[in-house]
Amino acid sequence: MKSKLLAATAGLALALGCAHAASAKTLVYCSEGSPENFYPAINTTGTTFDASAEQIYDRLMQFTRGTTNVEPGLAQSYDVSNDGKTFTFHLRHGVKWQTTKTFTPTRDFNADDVIFSFDRQWKPDDPYYKVTSDNHSYFNDMGFNKLLKSITKVDDYTVKFELNQAEAPFIADLAMAFASITSKEYADNMMKAGTPEKVDQDPVGTGPFIMVQYQKDSTIHYKANPTYFRGKSKIDDLVFAITPDVSVRLQKLKANECQVMPYPNPADLDTIRKDPNLKLLEQPGMNIGYLAFQTQKKPFTDKRVRQAINMAINKKAIIDAVYLGAGVVAKNPIPPVMWSYNDAVKDYPYDPAAAKKLLAEAGYPNGFETDLWAMPVQRPYNPNARRIAELMQADLAKVGIKAEIKSYEWGEYRKRAQNGEHQMAQLGWTGDNGDPDNFLHVLLGCDATNGGSNIAKWCYKPFDDLVVQAEHVTDINERTKLYKQAQVIFKEEAPWVTIAHSIQFAAVRKNVEDFKLSPFGSHIFYGVDLK
Amino acid sequence: MLRFVLTRVSLIIPTFLGVTLLAFLLVHLIPGDPIETMAGEHGIDPARHAQLRAEYGFDKPLLVQYGIYIGHVLRGDLGISAITHQRVTEEFFSLFPATVELTICAMLFAVLLGLPAGIIAAVRRNTIFDHGIMGISLTGYSMPIFWWGLLLILLFSGVLGWTPVSGRVDAAIFVDTHTGFLLIDSLLSDEDGAFRSAVSHLILPTIVLGTVPLAIIARMTRSAMLEVLGEDYIRTARAKGLSPVWVVCVHALRNALIPVITVIGLQMGSLFAGAILTETIFSWPGVGHWVVEAINRRDYPVLQGGVLMLGSVVMLVNLIVDLLYGVVNPRIRHTR
Repeated sequence: MKSKLLAATAGLALALGCAHAASAKTLVYCSEGSPENFYPAINTTGTTFDASAEQIYDRLMQFTRGTTNVEPGLAQSYDVSNDGKTFTFHLRHGVKWQTTKTFTPTRDFNADDVIFSFDRQWKPDDPYYKVTSDNHSYFNDMGFNKLLKSITKVDDYTVKFELNQAEAPFIADLAMAFASITSKEYADNMMKAGTPEKVDQDPVGTGPFIMVQYQKDSTIHYKANPTYFRGKSKIDDLVFAITPDVSVRLQKLKANECQVMPYPNPADLDTIRKDPNLKLLEQPGMNIGYLAFQTQKKPFTDKRVRQAINMAINKKAIIDAVYLGAGVVAKNPIPPVMWSYNDAVKDYPYDPAAAKKLLAEAGYPNGFETDLWAMPVQRPYNPNARRIAELMQADLAKVGIKAEIKSYEWGEYRKRAQNGEHQMAQLGWTGDNGDPDNFLHVLLGCDATNGGSNIAKWCYKPFDDLVVQAEHVTDINERTKLYKQAQVIFKEEAPWVTIAHSIQFAAVRKNVEDFKLSPFGSHIFYGVDLK
Repeated sequence: MLRFVLTRVSLIIPTFLGVTLLAFLLVHLIPGDPIETMAGEHGIDPARHAQLRAEYGFDKPLLVQYGIYIGHVLRGDLGISAITHQRVTEEFFSLFPATVELTICAMLFAVLLGLPAGIIAAVRRNTIFDHGIMGISLTGYSMPIFWWGLLLILLFSGVLGWTPVSGRVDAAIFVDTHTGFLLIDSLLSDEDGAFRSAVSHLILPTIVLGTVPLAIIARMTRSAMLEVLGEDYIRTARAKGLSPVWVVCVHALRNALIPVITVIGLQMGSLFAGAILTETIFSWPGVGHWVVEAINRRDYPVLQGGVLMLGSVVMLVNLIVDLLYGVVNPRIRHTR
């Protein structure tokens, strides 16, 4: 009797175990490349952020999935002082650090972790400042090194950030990957053990997935964090299968060896749409591809010349021939997905006759000679700059402008463009934080003309006043009004030809539910389910 | 024999130094500033740029950089990757087993098919077997790897579903790394189906990588065999009444092997270093792909270290080939 009972119990346990194993959901993501490491603050690529920040870590603020809207993350709320310079964050209670093979936490997330995460990037005398690398790119690029005055712990669940000046995009900046919160306790343990670099190789976060194993250039295995503060992920096991070749990624998706693939080839989009087992997701990218005039060199000092060239270029033909439909014609310097996008702005029509007339008015009835720079590499906002340059060259020839196409090695190209060595140069930008300031001020502000990202060297006070004012105002309606006015001025003054905003795509199997494309190009798997 | 071995080994030293110089200089000939490349559209402020150049040692004269580099190399330190910040030697040895595994399988495939094919073509000269084998080998030699690989994936993985598309093992299977050789690690693992998955993932990349060496080995074996089969001692062996198989496989093949061993050695060396396209198509995490990515990212330490390590592997393989000559042909090991 006893043995029969034991057998029955064992049988039931086995059945339950099998049922659980059978129902364990594994999602395989065909990632396009390998992460550099698992510490977001010293990296700049989306590939690394996907593997680290988006799955393993959280931030004080976060972007609502699929949007650029900012919502509370590890901070459940915050207060701002009247002068806009002091932010007090009230942290969530009961957020657990992940338990891994190298770390078992003895306490929950608290203010010490927030201060550690920022001090590590900010203070050169912090013991972790140089661990793995001291190149905290985004912390510096977003101006945090100059912006932050102090970060103080008020109590275990309250942290105060004091800034040197009011900065409206600050809250959105805190949702970026570089601002991921890491465990001070884990860092202290690893420093004591003499292996501080392990914190960046065997990461510990508060996020929805725990990294189990990384096999270099091959796979990354994650498992769902059972104690995640927003609730355990619907997916139990997540695997990144690193697959650099785009055609192979599609084959793997079709064979169900992976269930999500990013960056399909534009030539394959129709195939994906027609496949009954696949879904094609699309999202306008938060980017802009443009042709900048060097507005401090003749003839581009004359607004009429810039406007004429805007009318001479057939942008639709470029979208069709080069973007293969994976792009929309741009009329503004910010993409439509961004708040404060001014849809009322009218783009210049493609009108070579009007262009010629305007050139004649400006004193160039027979056109002129110029250079036209093309990037040597594919960028998210520009799939083939060389080809675009050739199309533009042909368009410009019709209005009498002889353009010589030039290119340099990528690092060299960007440096020379930043130095203003060009007459006309293609470039672009992908947004970092969903804030219009990140485009309008960074790319077109007066303080960015000297060594900054304003390669048009365009400094126009009415425009600059608007964007500088908008940076310091916290009311979003007021900021929206200012940015909309700025876009009108931009269109009139035409320091660029705005070419296109590329559309980003992803392909998923039909049984993948609720995968949302991010305007930032991130691939987030919390909230995704498999039916 | 010992003198022969010592002579061959001593020649490695100047070759190795030459490879270090070449690895160092070639990398610095690549256009572009690595710091600027890392910065991308965001750019980098001049002070920070200067600081990073000093940190990486790029601000020193080339000769000084080379001197520092050689000093580190002789201590076994190939530096730290500018991108991943991991030790170059650690990265190399974590990826090299995958390349070795694939290369060995590809060469076994090439030798086990190519040698018999070449022998048959030589023995049945000017028959349909000869023309067929040589025709197929010429086709195999001419096909671009990228095209051939994608074609096999489309057919066997896409249409027929007989083989997996890419990778070393099913993504959902978890195999702990002990040796880095997945065939061994999967046997040691207690995951169901791991070994079968590892074998099935090897099939297509082995065929793709092994196709060109197979073609070359088949053609070289045929040529060498034809030359040897025309010799007097072969006619004597036949006249003595020895079986045709014995004549071909023992007397003729042994003498025909010298040039074939040369080709196998050279192919092996180039496969270790150049499985880049196969690794990319099949998402095979080997050193070829690692080195190419380092070029794109201007990761100088990885580029220098990778070229040096792969050059060392090729030297080692050539040394083994040289030593094998002595085993196969006693006249060589007794030559001054």
